[in-house]
Amino acid sequence: MTAVQERPVGGSLIHQFELGLDAPICLTWELTYACNLACAHCLSSSGKRDPRELSTEQCEAVIDELQRMQVFYVNIGGGEPTIRPDFWHLLAYAVDHQVGVKFSTNGVRITPERARFLASTDYVDVQISLDGATADVNDYVRGPGSYDTALAALQNLQDAGFKDAKISVVCTRENIGQLDEFKELADRYGATLRLTRLRPSGRGADVWDELHPLPAQQKVLYDWLMAHGEDVLTGDSFFHLAAFGESLPGLNLCGAGRVVCLIDPIGDVYACPFAIHDNFLAGSLLAEGGFQRVWQTSELFTELRSPQTGGACAKCSFFDSCRGGCMAAKFFTGLPLDGPDPECVQGYGETALAGERSIPAASQDHSRSGATRNQPVLLQLMTRPPVSACAESPLAGYEPSSQGGCC
Amino acid sequence: MPDLLLDPMLEGAWALSPSVALRPEPFGALAYHFGNRKLTFLKRPELVIVVRVLGEHPDVRSALVAAGVPPSQHAAYGEALRGLARTDMIRPREKELAR
Repeated sequence: MTAVQERPVGGSLIHQFELGLDAPICLTWELTYACNLACAHCLSSSGKRDPRELSTEQCEAVIDELQRMQVFYVNIGGGEPTIRPDFWHLLAYAVDHQVGVKFSTNGVRITPERARFLASTDYVDVQISLDGATADVNDYVRGPGSYDTALAALQNLQDAGFKDAKISVVCTRENIGQLDEFKELADRYGATLRLTRLRPSGRGADVWDELHPLPAQQKVLYDWLMAHGEDVLTGDSFFHLAAFGESLPGLNLCGAGRVVCLIDPIGDVYACPFAIHDNFLAGSLLAEGGFQRVWQTSELFTELRSPQTGGACAKCSFFDSCRGGCMAAKFFTGLPLDGPDPECVQGYGETALAGERSIPAASQDHSRSGATRNQPVLLQLMTRPPVSACAESPLAGYEPSSQGGCC
Repeated sequence: MPDLLLDPMLEGAWALSPSVALRPEPFGALAYHFGNRKLTFLKRPELVIVVRVLGEHPDVRSALVAAGVPPSQHAAYGEALRGLARTDMIRPREKELAR
């Protein structure tokens, strides 16, 4: 059965996707909010484990259901999924149940031994996150030491004979100039490069203004993607760039709740991995009917699959190319969902951003409260406002009760 | 229009690759190849039937007939099947037996 009862037959594939599918094509499953890193732009504001996270048995039940629904593979992430003690068990369990796994990791647990295990399995893809082709650019957003960790993992995978690892890069103002270097790095490790878009989601909302690519860089990125075609993966991230002219390879539509969704560590189902917010929460897979019921009949997903109006964008001659861009990017920058994407390449986003808008408050935050050893320090950002312009006492504003300890 | 009698695709014996799973969808089906990770959309329910029954027929043409595809569309289906063969979604049966 499908969520939509009266469904037109035929039409383009894109149109059929907009109406939704019986099961997602691309499902992301964040296994834990715990993470050894504290990346400045983390989509899920990860750091600390949530005590409500699904148990091993509950995770197995989810995999059983995905198998029944013929979800061919899941993208597993977090947090850092490999620091869940049952991660390797769940990986094997999924593969044994015909659910392929692509997992994203910062590389911390990809030891030579694990790399050999991964090389011996079919149906597992490994994606190493790296946001700079050099340590200085990467560690600026991902934290000190994270570049070395990622490269060590890539080396271990290559040494073990693991074929075609992915290097997953979030494109930022700092690294757009390194696209060729990323490609060389991928080639050196026998890996495939995957480029994705910086979203203003999670902690990304705090750094988006500083890190999102400038308009001229968007064109550099577009030209580079056009030149490299299918050799570089994008997770269909950049469909907002289609308004430059020719469409990039991929679906070029917002798949939220139609062909993609996200399961978070506590079993909540959101419309997409970039929209962990109450407004995009479709339901919990722990409720009666499980994941299938949420996917097929939730009110939110039904609404996302109903015909959308283009709003202000419908008048634009490029609307058929970009379809108004990314819903999450609009939402988290406080723009109306039926208006232009904040990074609209026709320039309508800048105009919209300059207007009146209110950025929505986060609905969850699993960031660690105290500073950690490998937390990135973005120098331009202040974590709290100055006490006052003329506070001269060295203890001004110091309240022992509110400081959260020394570690 | 190519001469149907000369299309070797229609005369060969083919089957769905053993690594491929089909998932029915309102528009047709999704085909996923667990080996090369390719995802393909079969956009017509008739094509889904053809792909499913390929392995039971001596050649593609009889599979098309069995699936009720009119002869005027055989060339187009031959082309679609060639596309599926390029990503190993379907494979020649001799090759499959040889493995």
